[in-house]
Amino acid sequence: MVFLDLFLTFLKIGAFTFGGGYAMLPLIQEEVAAHGWMPQEALINFVAVSESTPGPFAINIATYIGAEVGGGGSPLLALLGSFGATLGVVLPSFVIILIVAIFYKKFKENKIVKGCMAGLKPAVVGLIASAGLTILTTVFFPNGFSAVMFRELSFYVSLVIFIISLVLIFKKVHPIIVICISAALGVISGYVF
Amino acid sequence: MHNKAKTLWEIFITFLKIGAFTFGGGYAMIPVFQREMVENKKWITDDDILEIIAIAESTPGPIAINSATFIGYRVAGFFGAFFGTLGVVLPSFLIIFAISFVLRSFQEIQAVRYAFAGIRAGVLALIIKALWTMYKKAPHHLVSYIIMAGSFAVAAFTDINVLYIIIGCALLGLVYSVIADRRAKNGIS
Repeated sequence: MVFLDLFLTFLKIGAFTFGGGYAMLPLIQEEVAAHGWMPQEALINFVAVSESTPGPFAINIATYIGAEVGGGGSPLLALLGSFGATLGVVLPSFVIILIVAIFYKKFKENKIVKGCMAGLKPAVVGLIASAGLTILTTVFFPNGFSAVMFRELSFYVSLVIFIISLVLIFKKVHPIIVICISAALGVISGYVF
Repeated sequence: MHNKAKTLWEIFITFLKIGAFTFGGGYAMIPVFQREMVENKKWITDDDILEIIAIAESTPGPIAINSATFIGYRVAGFFGAFFGTLGVVLPSFLIIFAISFVLRSFQEIQAVRYAFAGIRAGVLALIIKALWTMYKKAPHHLVSYIIMAGSFAVAAFTDINVLYIIIGCALLGLVYSVIADRRAKNGIS
């Protein structure tokens, strides 16, 4: 059953992502691909939608995938799907934090927790890099890696938009503005070339 | 009884506002917590904020949910945690649910397709920024670099489930910390 599947999948995602936000992306990519829920492109598009709407990425992506997968045109089924996925992604945090809040002092000085964190922090770096590689492939090599693509204009258009966005984001321009600029550049180059 | 209900309502409304008006989630919410919870409501102190960040980072799940649950519990126990979390989730849920119906047909418009082709290149830049931020926050020693490279290679080039990578790296970190602790102790004695 798809609703139970959504709930359990996002329960897993909620329980095993440390660092929040984009640290979730590799696990979500993997689950979405394994279930055949939506194409990679749709997922990356939604990262931009999530940046431009309020609220945490985890909730946004759970609600969206839930509606898309559960719905099939029916608002009621979409609501059930969204609810299942969102409840799944929230529940582990809620339960774990409640327990932590109750045993707060012990948790803070726990050596096991500190030790695990020493491994999880660098792991998150590696995992985000892996998600980045998937996005890089989708952006620059949508038809696979070959010598032909270097002759295609779209490759260079994407490259220029990427470099401009990268400079802006490191100059601390707000992500929403970066997304708007890259969208405008995409539309202009789409009609000009 | 009446006061309790009022507190719960205030917790709900405060977190609803935070959920509805913070873009980018996570750390973008911290300054808002500071203004609303420390300065306005005086529910918690600045030190609490630092502790909440540390806890949110060492437990799974999004930082917004973690903080809402923790602060809610501090202020009003279990129901405080419940209404805080509900408040922070609800705006996202409603907004994205509404958008999900139009997003697919919206993406079929030619101009929007062009826009999203550009946006995907922009998203790649956002991810690289996130990567840089997390890299700076991670420990910087040989074992840490090996875990970074290893988790990247396994996630990117093998079919091994990401969950096993996460669990494996946590165990590696634990073993490393135990060994580093022993060495430090032996060094002193």
